[in-house]
Amino acid sequence: MLCPVLQVQDLDSDVYANHATKERDHLKAIKRKISLYWKLIKSLQTGLLLATGLAGFMSVKCPVFNIPLLLGVSGSLFLSISGSTMINMWYDRDIDAKMKRTCYRPLAIGDVSPNEVFLVGLLFSILGIIWSIIINPIYGIIVFSGLFIDVVIYTIWLKRRTCWAIIWGGVAGGIPILAGRVLGASQFDWVGILLALGILFWIPTHIMTFSMRYHEDYRIAGIPTFPIKYGFQFTRIMIASSSVLSALTMGVAAIGIGMTFGYLRLLLVLSIGLVILAVSSLIKPSEKVNFGLFKYASLYMLSAMVLMMMF
Amino acid sequence: MVFLSSYQVVIGGHGVKQITIWAYTIGFGVLVIAGLLMVIFGFEILDNPLVVLISTIIPLSISTGLVSQVSTSFSFVYMVFAIIGLGLILISRKMQNSFLAKVVLAIVHGVSGLFILLIPISMVLQGGVQPLFIMISFGGALMGLGGLLIFMYETKKLSIPANSKSILLPGILLLTTIFFSIGLSAI
Repeated sequence: MLCPVLQVQDLDSDVYANHATKERDHLKAIKRKISLYWKLIKSLQTGLLLATGLAGFMSVKCPVFNIPLLLGVSGSLFLSISGSTMINMWYDRDIDAKMKRTCYRPLAIGDVSPNEVFLVGLLFSILGIIWSIIINPIYGIIVFSGLFIDVVIYTIWLKRRTCWAIIWGGVAGGIPILAGRVLGASQFDWVGILLALGILFWIPTHIMTFSMRYHEDYRIAGIPTFPIKYGFQFTRIMIASSSVLSALTMGVAAIGIGMTFGYLRLLLVLSIGLVILAVSSLIKPSEKVNFGLFKYASLYMLSAMVLMMMF
Repeated sequence: MVFLSSYQVVIGGHGVKQITIWAYTIGFGVLVIAGLLMVIFGFEILDNPLVVLISTIIPLSISTGLVSQVSTSFSFVYMVFAIIGLGLILISRKMQNSFLAKVVLAIVHGVSGLFILLIPISMVLQGGVQPLFIMISFGGALMGLGGLLIFMYETKKLSIPANSKSILLPGILLLTTIFFSIGLSAI
């Protein structure tokens, strides 16, 4: 016969164990959800775009000391960019399922419900735009236009129709930096336009090197790309030309910002590295050089943005 | 190495004259790009034949910077030597005359290495700079050692495992950058 006191203790420990297990399971579920959505927002891409937006904002010196505004820019841009990315992932889930590179994405393998992703993406986008408009109406309009161009024009309308869709992808990519600059400067100026153009010219280096590496995947999925439509050599020429243009545009924009000479020298060094790699991929093309150029271009853009924030 | 070299590019190696600033910018700029390429492509990038040409730019530009700090009038002459030397290395390599290529490389590297070794020592002994400036000479000596190792490895006079070369050379580059940075901070 069990001691009554022991019986009570046993009962308590059972209840406690169940409760603890439920809490652990709940925590695991939350962690898993966060991990899934981290993939759905393409965290590296979102991070880079956010960095460009902040760089545009901080390229105008004064506002950097306004911490609430800085947090507002970060938050509104993060919500808008990640929201549009989720909507794009939702729309392109059928293509993702066909490509080896993307067939393990959460939507492609059914790890998360498409309706849920669409609703979360829409919620993020709406919250991001509302927050942007509250900060500044013009800033909000620019952020909205970026989202509209990215989702409606680039992803839904043009991506599956023409390889030239990447131009619109580039325009959308240049919006965060333009929005940040306009907010900081309280006006459109030639520096902001140049910064956006610098991103636009950089986009072919970023996207085309990628499409060359995975051209077979894109062909299977039926997505028109430059390598498929115009061949590899023409694509390399486009990459080299756009790298030079991007470096030149960023350089002039940096001078316009008033970047100090030392930081300009470093930007020049990094730009020379980009051009050297782009020209190497033209003269001695190879898979290795091509993907090396993709990685260097990403590093270059991030470094340029950091320099513009620090200058 | 990338961060240290980037810092040196931004501050222009603590130089005052434009020629000094740009000479250090070129030298450390090559180190920035080399460092980034090693990160992206791995250490096997050091097997690329262009490495010889590019690695010549580093001692030539650092030595030009040092010469310009000592004598403005001689710095122009030295700069002409550096440009001609680089051109000769490029031409001799294109001609595929291995003996001529080695001689030209040895002369150019040797002269620039000597200047990197001796100028800091001379400046410290004259009392024009702080003693730490002599670290540049250590960096130069280390760079010369690295160059010698490459030369002996390429001419098969030295046999080291390929993976050791991949660790040794970047390590030498890193230490060289550190020594140069410490030395230049003493100006």
